[in-house]
Amino acid sequence: MSAFDQDRLAELIATLPPAPEAWVRAAQELPYARETLDGLVARAEADAEFRRALIADLESALQAEGVEPIEPIVSELRRRFADS
Amino acid sequence: MSETVSAAELVARCRAGDQQAWADLVERFSRYVYAIAVQGFRLREHDAEDVFQEVFARVYERLDTLRSDEAIQPWIAQLTRRLCIDKLRSGSREEVTDDPDAPIAADDDALAKVDEALTIREAMDALPDNCRDILDRFFARDESYRTIAEALDLPAGTIASRISRCLAKLREELEGRNPVSTQSGGQVNA
Repeated sequence: MSAFDQDRLAELIATLPPAPEAWVRAAQELPYARETLDGLVARAEADAEFRRALIADLESALQAEGVEPIEPIVSELRRRFADS
Repeated sequence: MSETVSAAELVARCRAGDQQAWADLVERFSRYVYAIAVQGFRLREHDAEDVFQEVFARVYERLDTLRSDEAIQPWIAQLTRRLCIDKLRSGSREEVTDDPDAPIAADDDALAKVDEALTIREAMDALPDNCRDILDRFFARDESYRTIAEALDLPAGTIASRISRCLAKLREELEGRNPVSTQSGGQVNA
């Protein structure tokens, strides 16, 4: 490692600003989102009424199930049911 | 926070299903991925976000394929670069006003600097919390002395000298370390 003067250190610290909080949060919620998504899709495949409710009003149907309608879940469900 | 936990340890814990470890891993590499996309490839914000989410989705899905837990950083770097290139090939890139015909390519100097910055960030993790926080707020978050003073409940007049002392500590930390390769890439099963 070469020696660093303070200006160089300052420059390098500034090179890594934080990513937008919402991006980080969405990536952190990935395990929860995947797990939740799998459960919802399985249920929608087995329960026609639940499927209709999801398609009609996704956010409300999720909230009724006690599922937080976070972006990764909502967008993925919209994508999966887009052709329904 | 997980400053004292190595990235390799976080990977091992993620494999065991530890969701907090996953959150810490994302936190650990979020700036790195963001910087590669925005500085190294000059992606527009919404394209950078697509790449950012795709990187972490693939890391999550394929963590079991990583040959060595220590390889997580070069793997993430390689994956991010590849996805940025894919995004550029799909036609999205911030316009460079003084050279609109510039070829689509990574800024290698910027990417090297991002890698070097990650090494500095790792060294910062070894500093006391207050030092790490003050350096991050001032240089990375661009906060004013007053904002930092209010946030950390410190006299505003002491911020400049604290920054200077913390930079000196950081320098000592770096000088105490063995030479570290900062090159990314070269791995794996992305």
